[in-house]
Amino acid sequence: MNKTKFDSILLPFVGIAACVFIWWCVAGKPVTKQVRDDFGDVVTVTSRVGISADLPGPIETWHKTRDYILKPFEKRGELDQGILAFTWLSLKLVAQGYCIALLVGTPIGFCLGLSKTFSKIFDPIIQILRPVSPLAWLPLGMVLFSSVKISDAAGHVLFGAIDAAALFTIAVCAMWPTVLNTAVGVRAIPQDYLNVAKVLKLSRAKTLCKVLVPATLPYMFTGFRLSLGIAWLVIVAAEMLTGRPGVGGFLWQQYNAQSFAHIILCILTIGVVGFVLDRLMSVVERRFKAV
Amino acid sequence: MSHYLELSQLAKVYPTPKGEAVIVKDFDLKIAKGEFVSLIGHSGCGKSTVLSMVAGLNEISGGAVILAGKEITGPGPDRGIVFQSPCLLPWMTAFENVMLGVNQVFYTAARIERREIAEYYLSIVGLAESMHKRPGELSQGMRQRVGIARAFALSPKLLLLDEPFGMLDSLTRFELQQVLIELWRREKITALMVTHDVDEALFLSDRVVMMTNGPAAEVGDILEVKFPRPRERKEVMEHPDYYRLREHLITFLEVHAHKKRKLVDVPPAPSGGSPIQPEAIEPQRFCAA
Repeated sequence: MNKTKFDSILLPFVGIAACVFIWWCVAGKPVTKQVRDDFGDVVTVTSRVGISADLPGPIETWHKTRDYILKPFEKRGELDQGILAFTWLSLKLVAQGYCIALLVGTPIGFCLGLSKTFSKIFDPIIQILRPVSPLAWLPLGMVLFSSVKISDAAGHVLFGAIDAAALFTIAVCAMWPTVLNTAVGVRAIPQDYLNVAKVLKLSRAKTLCKVLVPATLPYMFTGFRLSLGIAWLVIVAAEMLTGRPGVGGFLWQQYNAQSFAHIILCILTIGVVGFVLDRLMSVVERRFKAV
Repeated sequence: MSHYLELSQLAKVYPTPKGEAVIVKDFDLKIAKGEFVSLIGHSGCGKSTVLSMVAGLNEISGGAVILAGKEITGPGPDRGIVFQSPCLLPWMTAFENVMLGVNQVFYTAARIERREIAEYYLSIVGLAESMHKRPGELSQGMRQRVGIARAFALSPKLLLLDEPFGMLDSLTRFELQQVLIELWRREKITALMVTHDVDEALFLSDRVVMMTNGPAAEVGDILEVKFPRPRERKEVMEHPDYYRLREHLITFLEVHAHKKRKLVDVPPAPSGGSPIQPEAIEPQRFCAA
């Protein structure tokens, strides 16, 4: 019993340590040499050597990014903020897009599951649209919402075409797991439950909220969890293309600035946040499955 | 006596690529008010099909079902159904499952009255203590008790029982038969039960309708069971007529299991297994009472 507990804590650390070690091996290290230049003077030259010479090692990364981690909410400029400030901006956008995805996706899923005709009409379209990458949706979103512009009194744009396009992309990409899982869930409702509704002559609304929705909830939440994962995946792409402040926007800006340590920080942040979101959703999911 | 429930020329036909598959045909049965009638026959002979047509869950291909002077056109809460599996909604407690039906039927009654109805029936079936548990926390027998309470709580015109105790062990089955027969005696609801258990049919019913084997099943024979009510299992089993009636039923079932059907345009379904349902002749059934 104790051993398994020990294992489940220690072994992941072994994995992390191994990865950090490989990173350290691959990363470039600065080497300082004293050489004579063309004029015969002794100068100190620092050059980077290693398999991937420009990649900063773990310790170097820490030194370069500690400002962003230790002052996570500091705002020095629009695209120079603490890492949690960026995460918060990204999460806000994801939350909005995700809500749209659920609000649109769940009813579509119900219609697909309930009506064979509806399913025959829209299934091919869904199968075609589903594999389209977020990178492809974003330009379309820009065109679709090019006239969207909500400004405040001072003339600052509060919500423009870029924001609308980003939301659109997140919603469209994240919707599919919810749509498909809900449809599968509705189709999987045991005939017994539907017979109960029929025998009692429950109204349509009552059948929906007393029988159909509760019976589909476990499937719906599996869909919700997968959708959230995709929404978080899409946010980075959306921010990179639009240059919105956020983890993805920061990542792209730092790539342009050739600041590789910050890119690593962004990647780790995106991974950790994605992992935490998935854990949270699976806790919620399990609660509904237990019923 | 006037007929309360009348099944006349009832038929069920499924279209198949090879032609029509006739499951039930020319099924005639008249049941008086307050009568308890069992349908007995082999698995797959179509007895459950007849029941679900009466319930309105299965479309009627021919003939009609008339309940209290009205033709049945679809499902409705005027017929309380106890399914083979209890069919409880697992996200609701036993009480809520019963209330779902009660709210639907007695929507004009005050909330407190509706609660009382549900509580009353759940207590009668012996679930006073555990009515606020979810089906997942109840045993198979207790779930079926909820199913019985739900059916009776609707004060239906007709009670339909589809092999209600088929999934239970013998002891639980005896207990629940007792629960059922007592509730039925109190409420005097006309009941139609499908079973393949000979002893169950004899213990509970006023009449046992034997169905011929499918396809194209019809009424083969009707047996009057005139044991005095209220019935005690022991008394029924010790009644001088008991074994004669039992023999009659088993003989009918045996004969019809071997009889080749004629007059059908589809090949007969492969008849499954032994001619008599094994649980119907299990020796323990004689001494268990």
